[in-house]
Amino acid sequence: MADEDKKKEVTGEAPEAASAAPSAAPSTPAARPYGRGPGGPGGRRPGGPGGRPGARGEGGPRKFFRRKKVCKFCVEKIDSINYKDVRLLQQFVAERGKIVPRRLTGVCTPHQRRLTTAIKQARNIALLPFAARY
Amino acid sequence: MPQQRTYEVMFIVRPDLSEEETERVVSSVESSASTAGITVKNTERMGKRRLAYRVRKFQDGMYVLLTVEGPGSALAELERRLRVTEPVIKYITVRIDEEQKRLAKVKKIRDSKVRGRPQPAETASGAEPAPVTA
Repeated sequence: MADEDKKKEVTGEAPEAASAAPSAAPSTPAARPYGRGPGGPGGRRPGGPGGRPGARGEGGPRKFFRRKKVCKFCVEKIDSINYKDVRLLQQFVAERGKIVPRRLTGVCTPHQRRLTTAIKQARNIALLPFAARY
Repeated sequence: MPQQRTYEVMFIVRPDLSEEETERVVSSVESSASTAGITVKNTERMGKRRLAYRVRKFQDGMYVLLTVEGPGSALAELERRLRVTEPVIKYITVRIDEEQKRLAKVKKIRDSKVRGRPQPAETASGAEPAPVTA
């Protein structure tokens, strides 16, 4: 009986670890190009690739220091994210022109959504490129 | 009477026109707006800017921003006219009345919070004797 319980525990843990490992693996290589490469506009360095709390790095190795990332808009109380202020929007756009995911910038969800809308509007009126740096 | 909405229309005039020709284009846009039943609140010439990508073989353009008020159908008419106008190479219309309402609400809350801070000292001292006597 005890053996059966132990076996159940082992089998119970194994699928969890198996499911956690592949989920942790994609997050780190995806985050790596932004953390190590020319990404990080404005001197913003993320705490560690895949080390952000809330990411699926819970099951994976926790080697990196989890720096508390705060939302820039919430802290500075910037109300309106306009498509016209290119300088503000450029901080959230990578070098190739891609919009940086919020797990790297630390922006909260409602502000990220407004930011995305503003960036797309700016792209339409040629204030920001769709794809830069061939 | 159809409801008046506030919009922001930003358009780009081609850069190889002279000053007066650009002026003529802008005023013709304004007059077509008024014939469509739109009140032009503000016109801002943002000057010549470099475009983020090539639009119709141009690398820069004259940016003009109009803040207008009018019903939605009139804006559709204005957009159609802008599309036809040859010197205008790009335009974008953004509805801003909802955004302005939201900003006003946020600002009001913030102002009331700031004003509320010196008050609690008085209200607290005013409220304290009441329960004591009651």
